[in-house]
Amino acid sequence: MYAAVVFLPLLGSIIAGFFGRKIGDLGSQIVTCVGVGLSALLSVLIFIEVVVNGHTLTVPLLTFIQSGDIHVEWALRFDTLTAVMLIVVNWVSFMVHVYSIGYMHHDPSVPRFQSYLSLFTFAMLMLVTADNLVQLFFGWEGVGLASYLLIGFWYEKPSACAAAIKAFVVNRVGDFGFALGIFGVYMLFGNINFDPIFAAAPTKAAAVLHVFGRDFPALTICCLLLFLGAMGKSAQLGLHTWLPDAMEGPTPVSALIHAATMVTAGVFMVARMSPLFEYSQTALNVVTIVGAATAMFAATIGCVQNDIKRVIAYSTCSQLGYMFFAIGVSAYQAGIFHLFTHAFFKALLFLGAGSVIHAMSDEQDMRRMGGIWKHIPLTYALMFIGSLALAGIPPFAGYWSKDTIIEAAWGAGTPIGQFAYVMGVAAAFLTAFYSWRLLIMTFHGKPRADEHVMAHVHESPAVMTIPLMVLAAGAIFAGYIGFEYFVGEGMTQFWGKAIFLLGDHEAIHNAHHVPSIISLLPSVAAVSGIALAYLLYMFAPGIPGVLARQFRGLYLFLLNKWYFDELYDRVFIKPAFWLGYGMWKGGDGALIDGCGPDGVAAATRDVARRMSLLQTGYLYHYAFAMLIGVAGFVTWYIVKVG
Amino acid sequence: MTDWPLLSITTFLPLLGAAFILTINGEAKVVARNARNVALLTSIATFLVSLLVWANFNPGTADFQMVDQASWLPGFDISYKMGVDGISLFFVLLSTFLTPLCILSAWEAVQTRVKEYMIAFLILETMMVGMFCALDLVLFYTFFEGVLIPMFIIIGVWGGPRRVYAAFKFFLYTLLGSVLMLLAILAIYFNAHTTDIQVLLSHPFPAALQSWLWLAFFASFAVKVPMWPVHTWLPDAHVEAPTAGSVILAGVLLKMGGYGFLRFSLPMFPLASHDFAPLVYTLSIVAVIYTSLVALVQEDMKKLIAYSSVAHMGFVTIGIFTVQVQGIEGAIYQMLSHGIVASALFLCVGVIYDRMHTREIARYGGLSNRMPQYAFVFMVFTMASVGLPGTSGFVGEFLVLMGAFQVNSWVAAFAALGLILGPAYMLYLYRRVIFGKLTREDLKSILDLSPREVAVFVPLILVVLWMGVYPSSFLAPMHASVAKLINDYQLVQTAGDPASLALR
Repeated sequence: MYAAVVFLPLLGSIIAGFFGRKIGDLGSQIVTCVGVGLSALLSVLIFIEVVVNGHTLTVPLLTFIQSGDIHVEWALRFDTLTAVMLIVVNWVSFMVHVYSIGYMHHDPSVPRFQSYLSLFTFAMLMLVTADNLVQLFFGWEGVGLASYLLIGFWYEKPSACAAAIKAFVVNRVGDFGFALGIFGVYMLFGNINFDPIFAAAPTKAAAVLHVFGRDFPALTICCLLLFLGAMGKSAQLGLHTWLPDAMEGPTPVSALIHAATMVTAGVFMVARMSPLFEYSQTALNVVTIVGAATAMFAATIGCVQNDIKRVIAYSTCSQLGYMFFAIGVSAYQAGIFHLFTHAFFKALLFLGAGSVIHAMSDEQDMRRMGGIWKHIPLTYALMFIGSLALAGIPPFAGYWSKDTIIEAAWGAGTPIGQFAYVMGVAAAFLTAFYSWRLLIMTFHGKPRADEHVMAHVHESPAVMTIPLMVLAAGAIFAGYIGFEYFVGEGMTQFWGKAIFLLGDHEAIHNAHHVPSIISLLPSVAAVSGIALAYLLYMFAPGIPGVLARQFRGLYLFLLNKWYFDELYDRVFIKPAFWLGYGMWKGGDGALIDGCGPDGVAAATRDVARRMSLLQTGYLYHYAFAMLIGVAGFVTWYIVKVG
Repeated sequence: MTDWPLLSITTFLPLLGAAFILTINGEAKVVARNARNVALLTSIATFLVSLLVWANFNPGTADFQMVDQASWLPGFDISYKMGVDGISLFFVLLSTFLTPLCILSAWEAVQTRVKEYMIAFLILETMMVGMFCALDLVLFYTFFEGVLIPMFIIIGVWGGPRRVYAAFKFFLYTLLGSVLMLLAILAIYFNAHTTDIQVLLSHPFPAALQSWLWLAFFASFAVKVPMWPVHTWLPDAHVEAPTAGSVILAGVLLKMGGYGFLRFSLPMFPLASHDFAPLVYTLSIVAVIYTSLVALVQEDMKKLIAYSSVAHMGFVTIGIFTVQVQGIEGAIYQMLSHGIVASALFLCVGVIYDRMHTREIARYGGLSNRMPQYAFVFMVFTMASVGLPGTSGFVGEFLVLMGAFQVNSWVAAFAALGLILGPAYMLYLYRRVIFGKLTREDLKSILDLSPREVAVFVPLILVVLWMGVYPSSFLAPMHASVAKLINDYQLVQTAGDPASLALR
């Protein structure tokens, strides 16, 4: 059962990938859906066994790398954290697999698509069940590969190809830190398996690691390097640029990979490494600040984007920021809780957006939508539910998790915690605003699409709407049901040993005892955000245009995403090509070859040619040379002897 | 079966095949067909024999195994001596594994002088295998230089338009190093009065002499690896060489440098190795970053992969000179992996070169539409090249960086930049060749892989995945020999110079 939950999707992927032509579109859809569906059922059984019955276990499979005193196994680790992730990954993946049957049915490469989806699921499952850092890295890069393949799925579009490469390379920048972090952990502990590291962490709290020419607090430098990896994968400020571009992939991909599962891998990893992070206040502070800044930063951009998927993408980026600053104030449980609820409502929003795009004949620009809620009422209702959950309106799922996070930030009782609190509340306001801006621009107002498109607007088939309803159920109930266990009274028993907390890190406990004004503020912010959106886009639709003209600088700054892409292009990409070209032509060509083989060869030829000039073959030349020689000798003789 | 001279059989079986091909005469077509068949059968038989070497190899000991010895020049204490240990074992297998694939890949691509081509390849195989097995310095030198001759001919006769330039550049570079190495071998002989490598491994050379000997060997091995800045022969040689020539060049010849460092420089000149390690680190880091950037702007597919080879071999030299278990095992692993992956990438280029007769990246695009199998194969090796976990490329890079981090974290950090640059140039290449719209008329009728090509790639893919998922099969036999190498090295370092002077 434990191995099957991970390997069934791989099996499905292989069958669909290699025999897709033989078994046809339908065959590969059935194979992959059954594979992931079985995994989803098994993950429920595992959840019961591991969490309810409290039987955590590790299933060793095979030796992986053994060199010197490194001994790494392929092994599957099942504890509460893994069990929760299994539920999230498998169920969302299953819903997306089913949804894709409808969404992709026009596409000529269905088997390839289904195969990639299942491959992704497998890699993600390897990631969450990892028992050591190397296997985690395997899953980590594996989901990166799947993400690359799926973003570039429509490989004929240049923008999709570019986005795919960007995603892979930017992630590698994070992985650069991740890899160094693994090396640091190994240097410190002499081990990279979780159990021995976690057991030894308290003894290394004050250890010093001599790297990069100076001494660093050992756990801080390791955690920061690991966090760099998490920042790449979870699109945090600075390494976020790939995520919006990743929307070039088909919409089910955006829902599964770039909203619900893969991008949360960074959050998962930091939570998994909680026994290390807990001993480094510096690292936790960095996590808090980066998370809070990202939550705010991405929300500001989300408010002005016009592509429906990009709005949701920036929203994802922002929500990931929430999860990180929860972790930063040692409220890991709240972070994972938000990861759990977010997976449902964000997947719902993306798939709902997909349903809209499907209805609008592949239109993604909200400026050419509007007035379609009557035509696709079910999609509208479902997206409305998703938005309520995202905005954190009680009693929808997002309310429970996001409020806990914001309260925990306050409960940390530190200046950094308060900074996170302020950012969190402000971002909550913006979140509600852009969510309703999206809803209103997409569904309300006058139709802005041409008649041809409007004539085609239709509700999606059941194979697409049923997964949406399942996810909507999650978006409504997951928070209310989960609250008690994830962050409430049953917390200690629920998590077991999966998450480690230092005794004096009480943010998560304090979260339930903050002043009522503090706990009410996020909800107030959310409601006012919604109100503002109605005001600006429903009742006085002229105002946004006026605002954009009045504050043109700010508007362009936000519209162009704080000019991060332009900056990176100038600082990294252009110079890399320029340097490469210079080194090729100048370094290799002119310098090395010029002074080396070509130079030597040319010099040899040159000398030989000059020498050959002397050999003219005319008798009088030789006679003349002899005469000069004789004259020279005679002169020398006379001068010397005389 | 253990008392058979397995290594000598592995080494000289191809030569026997070559001699047999030499006797084939008659109509050109018949000769070509027979030459191909004989060459393929011979190389497969050689591979099977080399598998026996693996089967008989005892991973528990660091000693040389399956040693064959025969008197050669008794007056000078020079003998014919062959043997393998955990370091050389897999290089022998790599050579015997790649040769049949090369011959198969040239099945249709080579139509002129088929007989001579096959003979050259079989002789090349003998030289390569012999080089990795040789346990006598003179014998080693003979094979080491002998490799150059068939390679020179392969490039010079069956190569592209600038083949003569490339062949000479290749020859001049390598010859320069070889001459210095010959001088060093003479110096070794006069100091130790033997050329038996097993004896030399424990011979204490005086510290001052070590530096000179190290530098002389370095000149030779650095060219072979190739290390920056003596790498410029490689792109030209690759571009002009026929596909199978590139495969052997990248797959085996580059490994001769790394193998040389492990077999000679580290154990025989440990003090000098220690002193010169920073030089090696510096050159290697420059190689990783410089050649990765250069690879990014290449317009010729083979040149791009050639430059990426230089970058990957930079990891190898870093790993070797960490003199640390993970570093050295990682370096060996990286060499094996690169041997497979770079070879496969050159074969991938060969596939479309055979169809379109151009290697210019801009001439392609959108191949995925017509060639899905090819796109898959190319993707697997692209990922292996960028070191995706689960492929062979990851294990080597990871271990090397891990080893380097223990010794010098700056070196590891700079080298790790290769993790970012690697995917940049490889995926950029992949995108321009495989992705995009298929717009060119002449590409619209391009055919996907033929069964023969599938037969070439399937073994390579299987090995790449095997090496990536279960590296123990390959790492376990290395452990004892690598441990001994490191142990001896450490002993000398702690004993320091006086001990070696006292022994003198």
